[in-house]
Amino acid sequence: MYDSFARLCADEKEQNLALWELIRAEDCAENGEEPSDSWLEMKHMYDAMKEEDRDYDPRRLSNSGLVGDEAGRMHTYRMAGETICGPFMSLVMERALKIADSNACMRRIVASPTAGSCGVVPAVLLSIQDARHIPDERMIQALYVAGGIGGIIASRATLAGAEGGCQAEVGAASAMAAGALVSLLGGSAQQTANAAALALKNLLGLACDPVAGLVEVPCVKRNVVGAVNAISAADMTMAGIASRIPPDEVIDAMRTIGKRMDPGIRETGTGGLAGTPTAVRIREQIRAAKQEK
Amino acid sequence: MKLTDIIGPVMVGPSSSHTAGAVRIGNAARRLLGQPLQEAVIGLHGSFLATGRGHGTDKAIVAGLLGMAVDDRRIPDSFEYARHAGLSFSISGVDLGDAAHPNSARLMLTGREGRKLELVGASIGGGRICITELDGLPVNFSGDFPTLIVHNRDLPGHVARVTALLSNSGINIAYMQLNRAHRGGQAVMVLECDQEVPGSVLHDLQAMDGIVKVTFLSLLPEGDRFDV
Repeated sequence: MYDSFARLCADEKEQNLALWELIRAEDCAENGEEPSDSWLEMKHMYDAMKEEDRDYDPRRLSNSGLVGDEAGRMHTYRMAGETICGPFMSLVMERALKIADSNACMRRIVASPTAGSCGVVPAVLLSIQDARHIPDERMIQALYVAGGIGGIIASRATLAGAEGGCQAEVGAASAMAAGALVSLLGGSAQQTANAAALALKNLLGLACDPVAGLVEVPCVKRNVVGAVNAISAADMTMAGIASRIPPDEVIDAMRTIGKRMDPGIRETGTGGLAGTPTAVRIREQIRAAKQEK
Repeated sequence: MKLTDIIGPVMVGPSSSHTAGAVRIGNAARRLLGQPLQEAVIGLHGSFLATGRGHGTDKAIVAGLLGMAVDDRRIPDSFEYARHAGLSFSISGVDLGDAAHPNSARLMLTGREGRKLELVGASIGGGRICITELDGLPVNFSGDFPTLIVHNRDLPGHVARVTALLSNSGINIAYMQLNRAHRGGQAVMVLECDQEVPGSVLHDLQAMDGIVKVTFLSLLPEGDRFDV
């Protein structure tokens, strides 16, 4: 697993290999795996992402009843053709909601990097594939890039909300999606790293404060912000806008912010939104319903 | 860590620790019992208890006991499948104390052939698990290796005889732990191996003087069957 963008970009220059190939080679060397087997595994992940996108049913609600129909509402609104964001972005939003809703409703998803943030990467990748008619092979390569970025974040910081807050989950997913997107658009290694840095920077400090401790509120809607933020970071990068803080240092900042976060906003379901009067009331209602059962 | 831990695993939601990890605890318990399952008494502790129903932790543990994998679409309906399979189970809250991991469950299992097993499993993040107690004694293993657990009387020579038997069968020990209740009392050794331990070796172990109980977690594929 690469532990810095600095080393990844240096290897790219030196070995004249594509980023995804470097990331795969490093993973295969560490785990004694054949590159062809690795490819099949990654293809399996991408196929599962396509499947989870098709699996959504707006009539299904989560066990608590708090979420489930968001993507259905977004779909109806998008079909009316009057979204402010326009067709591409509103489709991305709908997909992120779909997959995050499905996760909350115990459907099958691909944790990427976590279950709570599972809507971000597929929403961005599946939508750009549709819009630009990109073959699957290149999408799987982009998934390697996303995985490599997640690996760098896991090595230098964390991907767990309990350790780093939501910046470590939706923030990391957004960085992974942004980098993958730039690599698909033909960006350089530096630009890929830059997009990841911009995406992560814009979500630094995000609390993990799930209502009643469930992966539902605000997690489902935060998948939308992760996806939309990734696309804006990629567009900023392609416009030539650079992160003034190097990507590795951005990740290090994420780690230190996570360490300074109060435990109440690190997946304990007590602080932040989870500590609001409404959230406390919801928690009590769920508890009472459980006892009745 | 592998790349497919970052992009992946494919799993039934909503939470890697509360759902996927819970399935894996059930899987490990099923394999450790090593015979068809008749009854399961499931106790949820800490965060597993507080948010377990919303996360489907209860359904996930039962699914794991039935042999479903973390990506099995039938997990949400596991209670139904359990009924069809004739597995009787109960789920309640349990207080395992401050020292227990917040995502812990205690499982008390009875097999069709009368074997009993009690274990505590913890879901420690990202779907990874740790078995922390087995039949009353503290242990610490992940279920990632074929694992042999031997309960014996705390007397000299048991470790040597057990490891000699494994060595004669060409089995390499990757990790090993020893624990005991008190000097001369009940002791437990946990041997995580690189190879599967054949039934004949388990049989020989069980027949040894001073060996109280032999439990083995096999990683051989079971196929898709829910005969509990």
